Amino acid sequence: MRVRVLILPRKGLLDPEGRAVKEMLLEEGFSVKNVKVGKVVELEVEDDTDVKAIAEKYLVNPLVEEYVIE
Amino acid sequence: MKFAVCVFPGSNCDYDTYYVIRDLLGQEVSFVDHHTRSLSGFDCVIIPGGFSFGDYLRAGVLASKTPLGHALVDFSQKGGLLLGICNGFQVLTELHLLPGALLRNQGMSFLCMDVYLRVENNSLPFTREFERGEVIRLPIAHGEGRYYVPEDELKRMEERGQVVLRYCDAEGNVNPKSNPNGSTDNIAGVCNKEGNVFGLMPHPERACEDVLGYRDGIILWHSLIV
Repeated sequence: MRVRVLILPRKGLLDPEGRAVKEMLLEEGFSVKNVKVGKVVELEVEDDTDVKAIAEKYLVNPLVEEYVIE
Repeated sequence: MKFAVCVFPGSNCDYDTYYVIRDLLGQEVSFVDHHTRSLSGFDCVIIPGGFSFGDYLRAGVLASKTPLGHALVDFSQKGGLLLGICNGFQVLTELHLLPGALLRNQGMSFLCMDVYLRVENNSLPFTREFERGEVIRLPIAHGEGRYYVPEDELKRMEERGQVVLRYCDAEGNVNPKSNPNGSTDNIAGVCNKEGNVFGLMPHPERACEDVLGYRDGIILWHSLIV
């Protein structure tokens, strides 16, 4: 199966990259409330693979990031 | 003393560090690569600056999962002295040998400049040649040096003396203006509870000779061998 892990800066933490993109979009005339920039890790794995374990142990630093498995 | 300098693919301050230890300190020093499984026989191990594994995924994380990463945990648990500089500091937080994490600089820029630092704890093997409260000047060069630690953990760290260096101005004032990257509480360097693991963003190995315009870095290195 193909699984995507979406990783974003944790809520409440300053995300300078997201802020820079937001400012650019506001300058361009878009009404944007908030922007976060993260990353996507796409895995091709067997159906019984523990993707949560992979995410929590390797892909994500829970102190500063949160994630969603798609 | 017997020193080791870690070399991960992408380390780039390894030779500077090796040079300082061999030529300026006159100590025995070896390079150890990322396949290394044991660090027994060494007294002090340095994780140098650079971009280990290209900073892929998160700065320091891929280095932390190598055989050498595991050996570093073992080495520190046996009481060995472990120093992480810049990317080495990022590796130490990813190994959970030091609390907190290092995030992208607040201002988005890569910072390559001199900073003033206040020595908050001079009781460590790494800092004992400094005075407490002494203001020193070292260079920084990083894109991800914003130290972050949650407030409750910071409180515990303060009580234990784990905050070792803070960014300040030339007079020693610690304030938002003297904080180059948005670090929590102006923190530039921290140690573990036991005091044998120390990580810092500034580069003491680049600040050891008058010809380079610095004197303060060598004091840290001298502290290790007194």
